[in-house]
Amino acid sequence: MHVYWLEIIVLLGGLVLLMVEAFVAPKRKAIIAYSAIFPLVLALVCLFFPLNYSLDGNDELSRFYAVDSQAKFFKGFTLLAGILTLLLAIDFRKTLSKFTANPHSEDGTGEYYCLILFACAGMMWMASAKDLVSLFVSLELTTITSYILVGYMRRNVGSLEAGVKFLILGALSTGFLVYGISWIYGATGSTDLTVISARISESNPTYLLFGLSLILISLAFKIGAVPMHLWIPDVYQGAPTPTTAFLSVASKAAGFAVALRVLEPFLNSPLADKVIFILAVLAGATILLGNLAAIPQKNFKRLLGYSSIANAGFILMAVAAWNPWSDSELSSKQVVMFYLAIYLIMTFAAFFILAVVSRNTGSDDIAAFEGLGTRHPLLAFMTTIVIGALAGVPLTAGFLGKFFAFQAAINAGLWVPVSLGFVGVAAGFYYYFQIVRAMYWRSSLEESPMTVPPTSLYVIGVLSALLIVLAFTPQPILWLIGN
Amino acid sequence: MSILFVLIPILGALAILLGSKAKTTALIASGLNLFLGLGSLFCWQAKIWSMSPEILSKPSIHLAFGFYDGMSVIMMILSVLVLFAATMSGKCPEGREKLWYSSLLLIGGGALGAFLSTDLFFFYAFHELALIPTFLMIGILGSGERKEAAWKITIYLALGSIILLAGLIWLVSASGSETWLFSELLKSKIDPSAQTGIAALLIVGFGILISLFPFHSWAAPAYASAPAPVAMLHAGVLKKFGLYGLIRLYPMVSEGMQHWLGALIVLLLGNILWVGFVTINQKRLDTMLGNSSVMHMGYIFLAFAALVQAGSVEANPLAIPAAVVLMFAHGVSIALLFMLTDTIRRKTGTVELAELGGLAKAAPRLAFLFGLAGMASIGLPGLANFSGEVLVFLSGFEGYDGGKLGCVQVATILALWGVVISAVYMLRAFRQTFQGPAVPATSSKNVTDFGPFCQIPAALLALALLVVGLYPNSLLNLLKDPAPVAPTEQAAE
Repeated sequence: MHVYWLEIIVLLGGLVLLMVEAFVAPKRKAIIAYSAIFPLVLALVCLFFPLNYSLDGNDELSRFYAVDSQAKFFKGFTLLAGILTLLLAIDFRKTLSKFTANPHSEDGTGEYYCLILFACAGMMWMASAKDLVSLFVSLELTTITSYILVGYMRRNVGSLEAGVKFLILGALSTGFLVYGISWIYGATGSTDLTVISARISESNPTYLLFGLSLILISLAFKIGAVPMHLWIPDVYQGAPTPTTAFLSVASKAAGFAVALRVLEPFLNSPLADKVIFILAVLAGATILLGNLAAIPQKNFKRLLGYSSIANAGFILMAVAAWNPWSDSELSSKQVVMFYLAIYLIMTFAAFFILAVVSRNTGSDDIAAFEGLGTRHPLLAFMTTIVIGALAGVPLTAGFLGKFFAFQAAINAGLWVPVSLGFVGVAAGFYYYFQIVRAMYWRSSLEESPMTVPPTSLYVIGVLSALLIVLAFTPQPILWLIGN
Repeated sequence: MSILFVLIPILGALAILLGSKAKTTALIASGLNLFLGLGSLFCWQAKIWSMSPEILSKPSIHLAFGFYDGMSVIMMILSVLVLFAATMSGKCPEGREKLWYSSLLLIGGGALGAFLSTDLFFFYAFHELALIPTFLMIGILGSGERKEAAWKITIYLALGSIILLAGLIWLVSASGSETWLFSELLKSKIDPSAQTGIAALLIVGFGILISLFPFHSWAAPAYASAPAPVAMLHAGVLKKFGLYGLIRLYPMVSEGMQHWLGALIVLLLGNILWVGFVTINQKRLDTMLGNSSVMHMGYIFLAFAALVQAGSVEANPLAIPAAVVLMFAHGVSIALLFMLTDTIRRKTGTVELAELGGLAKAAPRLAFLFGLAGMASIGLPGLANFSGEVLVFLSGFEGYDGGKLGCVQVATILALWGVVISAVYMLRAFRQTFQGPAVPATSSKNVTDFGPFCQIPAALLALALLVVGLYPNSLLNLLKDPAPVAPTEQAAE
């Protein structure tokens, strides 16, 4: 089986389920959700089997479609993120149906699960895109699907507002992307990234840098870096929680996958110094703003939005510390992939916890966590582990991610972003520990125990256990990265 | 095998969280550790204690444990002693046994992990295991201004840790070492120009963790508000982590540190004199002890400064033994003092010096032990702190040939005043609390002498002070012995 069948499996699954959805009874739309997991699991399993990775004889496809360890990692990443999002959506479907066309049945919720499949397919193509055009097309598939996913709860004003904001800013960033691509094409004569990297040294640097800056603006929108971060808190807060989780993890990772592919020719060329300078400035500003703006937040969902901005800043710092390959340390790409792998685990755990608490208390605020220490000690303990990982407390896997990012930056001599990183980490301890404080220092008026759906409990348990285990044996992740 | 020291408390904490009887489990775990520790004193050089499986290949990090040298053994003994005393003597509020005992075990496990680790990465990481339990214990079960104290200590120590991390990463990359193991790192040389920056980061990073002046403002409020066992573990054991790190890594940055010698001396005198005078001004026993522990760090820094000025361990062979003996002595004495202060608080309901008096009538044994611990803290000969302090002062003049006084010598002379300062506040506190006529707070019927759960750990700590005070070679001999075979060479065999 050729590797490009993976996306086709997911896509076909989505299309078939979309057809099936029209015929499923309104009360039983959850079947679509459970079935949607199958194509993703199938693709994930196939990824581990020796597929036919060569594209011999298929010159046209190999022009557009890369098959390397980075592509494999991001495909697997997207599939796992998709599976977790569907699991979260299954437990979330009551809220979802409350805000769609017919609140008393699950009538309008079936398409949600299919859309997630389409978005996954788009991201998998993005992971393999080695031509600016295929990159753009797959990016559009994902983004447009995300617009719908964000505004899906159409009887909820917050969701609609988030959807509109996302749509307008997303369309703007798409405009920047296309304009940037056209400048690069004009400067180098091709949209194929391998050809571009061969022709960079002889092309006009001004045109190249201008085109790259425009593309960077669009990528900054995707990964949520300053100054294109303004959409994140509002969109994350308004969107349905599974969408937020999906955007926060998969969309961001896809953005980084694209960024790594697009930046690589430039960072290996004589223009590297200027590009690194731009990236370092972006990274420093993102770390500073993401962490400081999170301090006054009282809503956990919004806080997770700022936390994702802060994490994007740290990953960007690792990209700025560009290190193509080294004997004794991880290369920049590997650091980014490692950080994203840990980020997936931490963030999905946080969103599952948020969904559980929100279902029980009806609110996404940090105050909803009050008294969790007595209401559900196990959940509180697992939340403490997840919060510790997000903050970067050592002996959790979250610390390892930050450790590698800092190591890369210090070895590259990027002391300004590193110093801003100090402020960021210290600030992080404050705003993340707000949740720990709420759980244990405060008590809630409700003394009743929390109801936690079994799927969510198992997922949170597995994810938080992974966060501790991987802190002591991170080698499996390195294997997945392709070491 | 030395991983047992870390595993026993951590597994104990997990068992408590899963529902086993908290106090019993904690006592068993810390008691086991104490026996293991005292037993290992006789055979610590055996190869069986070390292990170093590689857990990450790029960069090469090992989950390595072992007694790297005598200093690790001494710090381990300190940790198991104080952990046992803290677990046994702590009076847990009703219904909070789980949190109380599991936190103490995690803090103790973290300290032991840090001192027994022979890989720089896990040396750093284990220290942070104590962060969340400390935050919860001070914030929930502390007293007084506990919430501010909890936030202050957590954020300040987090900042210190991240600065330290940057210094350690730079250290490892500049050394060109292939792994993060101590044995590999200490063999390598770093370019002197890089050493200056690295030394600065290490001084600031470790300094925040040791409460070096002016990074000390988190310590006194935290110790005053913390529950007594947490204060014992933090002031007695965890603080020494920074000094242990500085001494351990010193050979790699010796030239860089010399660049900062002047600043270091000014700061340590700030600890001794400035914070010393602040301590005299305290009106409560708990804040006085908190500030006193910050003050005494200055002496250990003085030994370190003497080492820095000399340029190498061979040039000043007294400096490291001085620092280590004083670290041990201070740890034991401050733990004992915090334990006894907590007893006073429980019996009389107050720690305000103005409200106490004549307690010796009702609690003579308590008075005796407090007097012993107080005298030890001042530096009375015959008790451990004197052995440490006299070695520190002697190391300050090591290599002095009778000519012009160098800055370390001047600092030593000024530091001697610290002895007077500590005598002032400690004797005054003792007199005010225990001597004189009895006052209402101390003469009510509740005030009895302390019970066996406090007597045994207190006696243990006091015994340690006496043993090291009367026979300092008990510790110094450990430092003279050659280090055991390094783990990487073992693995090759």
